[in-house]
Amino acid sequence: MADPLHQFQIVKIVDLPDPTLPIVGTVDLAFTNSHLAMTIAFAVVVLFLTAVTSGAKVVPGRLQAVGETLFGMIDNMTDSIIGHDGRKYFPFVFAVFMFILGMNMLGMFLTFTATSQLAVTATFGLITFGLVVVIGIVKNGAGFLKLFWPTGAPLVMRPIVGLIEFFSFLLRPLTLTLRLFGNMMGGHIALKVFAGFVVSMGALAAGGGLGLLGLPGAALSLGMVTGLTALEFLVAFLQAFVFAVLTCIYLNDVVNLGHGH
Amino acid sequence: MDPQAAKLIGAGIAMCGMIGAGIGVGNIFGNFLAGALRNPSAAASQIGNLFVGAALAEALGILAFVMGILIWIS
Repeated sequence: MADPLHQFQIVKIVDLPDPTLPIVGTVDLAFTNSHLAMTIAFAVVVLFLTAVTSGAKVVPGRLQAVGETLFGMIDNMTDSIIGHDGRKYFPFVFAVFMFILGMNMLGMFLTFTATSQLAVTATFGLITFGLVVVIGIVKNGAGFLKLFWPTGAPLVMRPIVGLIEFFSFLLRPLTLTLRLFGNMMGGHIALKVFAGFVVSMGALAAGGGLGLLGLPGAALSLGMVTGLTALEFLVAFLQAFVFAVLTCIYLNDVVNLGHGH
Repeated sequence: MDPQAAKLIGAGIAMCGMIGAGIGVGNIFGNFLAGALRNPSAAASQIGNLFVGAALAEALGILAFVMGILIWIS
C-alpha cells in the first residue's frame, strides 16, 4: 500500500537555474507540481469568470447563474459584515475566495491539492493578516491600538483582557493557515487511507480461502471512500467560504473600529 | 520503552484534542438545529454565524491534528 502522505510530495517538473539572492543566499528555483496546480486553478478561475460574464444576459443561463450566485454571496457577505464600506474590500475577499475554492475543488479532481501545502495556506494567512494590520493603521493611525482596549470590560480587567485580545490577534494568521491546511490535508489523508484499505483487502480476498473475509471490508471501505468524497466536496467549498467570512470579520474589526457597527 | 514507540503513542494521544473539537462542533450544530426548529424563519440569516462558529471550534481540533502530525514526522 502506498504511503498516504505520498500525495503531498513536491516534485520538480522543470528545474530552473538556481539564482543567488543578496540576503537569502542560493535559492532552489524550480517549477513544481504545486506551481502547476496553482496555475491551473488560476486559469480555471479566470476562464470561468470570463465565460460567465462574456455572454451576460438579463435572464441568466445555468453558467451565469452559478457565477452570479458566487458573486452575490460574497457581495452580500462583505455588505452585511463590514457595512456600507464593504464594497471597497469586496475585490480582495472575492479574489481570495475564488482562488482558494478553485484550488480546493481542483484538488478533488487532480492528484495534487495546492491548499494542502502549509507554505501556500501560510501565504494566504499572512496576506490577510498583513492587509488587516495595514488597513487598521492607515485608517485609524495610533487608534488602531484601541482594538486591544476593550471598553466593555471593567477598568481593572482591561489590561488583562487586552493582553489576551492581543495574543488572539497575533494567533489569527496561524489559525487561518492551519484551518485550511489541516482540513484539506486531513480529508485527503482519510480518502487515501480508505482507498488503501480497498486495495489491500481486495488483494487479501484475491488470495482465496479465509482471505475471502476481506471482501466485505473492501466493500465497506469503498462505500466510505464514496461518502468521504462527497464530504470532501462540501469541505472544499466550506473552507473557502469560512476563509472569506473570517477575512470579512477581521477587516470589519479594523474598518469599523470604535463605532461598534 | 522504545523511543520510537513512545513517539508514536504520543502522536496518537495528541489526537485526543479532536474529542473536544467533536463535542464543540456537535454542540454548535445541535443548538442551531434546536433554535432553527423553534424559529425557522430566522434560521437562514444565521447560517453564516453557524459556519464561523463551527470553523472556530474545529480550528482547535485541527491544532491537535497538526501537533500529532508534527510529533509523528519529527
